[in-house]
Amino acid sequence: MSADLAIVLPEIILSVYAMAALIFAVYTKKDAMAPTLVLATSALFLVMALWIGTGGSATGSAFNGMLQNDGFARFAKVVILVSAAVVLLLSQGYMKQRGLLRFEYPILITLAVVGMMVMVSAGDLIALYMGLELQSLSLYVVAALRRDNVKSTEAGLKYFVLGALSSGMLLYGASLTYGFAGTTTFEGIVQASEGGISLGLLFGLVFMAAGLAFKVSAAPFHMWTPDVYEGSPTAVTAFFATAPKMAAMALFARVVHDAFGTVVGDWQQILAFLALASMFLGAVAAIGQTDIKRLMAYSSIAHMGYALVGLAAGTAVGVEAMLIYMTIYVVMNIGTFAFILSMERDGRHVTDIAGLNMLAERSPGAACALLVLFFSLAGVPPMLGFFAKYGVLLAAVDAGLTWLAVAGVVASVIGAYYYLRIVYFMYFGDPDARRIDGTIAPLNAGLLLASAAIMLLGIVNMFGIEGLAEAAAASLVN
Amino acid sequence: MDELLREYLPILVFLGIAIGLGLVLILAAVIVAVRNPDPEKVSAYECGFNAFDDARMKFDVRFYLVSILFIIFDLEVAFLFPWAVAFADISMTAFWSMMIFLAVLTIGFAYEWKKGALEWE
Repeated sequence: MSADLAIVLPEIILSVYAMAALIFAVYTKKDAMAPTLVLATSALFLVMALWIGTGGSATGSAFNGMLQNDGFARFAKVVILVSAAVVLLLSQGYMKQRGLLRFEYPILITLAVVGMMVMVSAGDLIALYMGLELQSLSLYVVAALRRDNVKSTEAGLKYFVLGALSSGMLLYGASLTYGFAGTTTFEGIVQASEGGISLGLLFGLVFMAAGLAFKVSAAPFHMWTPDVYEGSPTAVTAFFATAPKMAAMALFARVVHDAFGTVVGDWQQILAFLALASMFLGAVAAIGQTDIKRLMAYSSIAHMGYALVGLAAGTAVGVEAMLIYMTIYVVMNIGTFAFILSMERDGRHVTDIAGLNMLAERSPGAACALLVLFFSLAGVPPMLGFFAKYGVLLAAVDAGLTWLAVAGVVASVIGAYYYLRIVYFMYFGDPDARRIDGTIAPLNAGLLLASAAIMLLGIVNMFGIEGLAEAAAASLVN
Repeated sequence: MDELLREYLPILVFLGIAIGLGLVLILAAVIVAVRNPDPEKVSAYECGFNAFDDARMKFDVRFYLVSILFIIFDLEVAFLFPWAVAFADISMTAFWSMMIFLAVLTIGFAYEWKKGALEWE
């Protein structure tokens, strides 16, 4: 029992912290405590990341295989915790300026992070669902944080209704899987599907894949993404685009490898289709966007497509490529959103792409950093984003999915158009357009530059994440 | 595969009967019934009176808030019952699990109380 508790100690600490902070803040100065709580929460996230990353927390499986704290879970947890801490710090200025910095915000983020940590270490359908719902319910609330704004409440409601639908599909699949495998543990499901999958289990797999595709916003289950990204407060959008994506992708990998690892052929085609649809939809639909948050939503759909290419390979190399891809994606998105959060015109926050016209004239440093980030998002060779794409496509080719890799290259060429269009606006745009002020807060500027620098320096040395990702993938796929 | 599908045959039969019967009842009303509408007949009424106002009236959102806050107590009872029935057979782990569950709910309750969600005015 105490060995079990030691394995989930980080989750327990974060949950107890969330509850203690809630009671503390509501019985003292309420919203005046919010800045303190944001700092404390970020610090706690970073401490936890350090603790888990250095192997301080106990490893193994807890509660009869309900939760697994292996190398894979640790890798995902560190990425989730660090990105959540950074985005939380980043959002403070934005939220304070708009009167949105309520003390519940850092607490809800903490609970969402606990949910994500349970998700990535789930070893059982029940733990999977519990983590997923804890994460989703917290995110529905933060999406609607700006209660007096029609778009924000619409985003929250839309996210909630569609999220409930996807949870329903996932549960239906889980119940079918349980009915035909006779167990909810991933280990048991693997044994039940050994030597060929039964029709009922196949249905369960398909429904669960559909539910999970919803959470990673892969086409054709992507419809909520642009509206939720656009409607939510930008700081919350920045959060949506980072940690939850990593968690959902890691959970997807867990389900297909841990629970259905013996029947790769059966889910490979599902994932290949999801990847193909997401890459092309993300690339084509983003072209007509005039709002940068919507554009980033379609960009995230396309990126999820590439990450799914790695997963569709069905090999340890594929999982490794997916983990590296997601890590690079999260770093790129933090940098891009650090800039989007500081887009202002006459003191008001704006998100239209036209405001970026001739940005290079007003703030050459930011424009240059953004150029690097957009090139990296597009996958232009010298940047790290290219190597991320190269890794997943190579894994797909090695697994015999050459057609998928070719389609990925074609989609990335189409997608490069809308990233390069923004770069064009920044350097050769219309000087008479209603431009943004171009001022940028020190923290945002620092993160923007750091993110861009990582995209360049990462070519020389990826800071050792390839080794960690390889170990993580090896602990998942065997 | 065939064996599996055969097990579901009764459900198919049931579906067929349900759809068929439903269609028959609806179509019978369309075909057989005498229809002679006039404005008085088709207008809304409340127990024989004319409608006082629009049926889609606005509800105070606090009704919703109070009802949703009571769901936690519903849940609490739903989990407590099986726990209480099996109380003699369960371990200390199960006992403390329930205590932790109740403590978490109490924290939520303390929060909503202090936040003023239970005050009507």
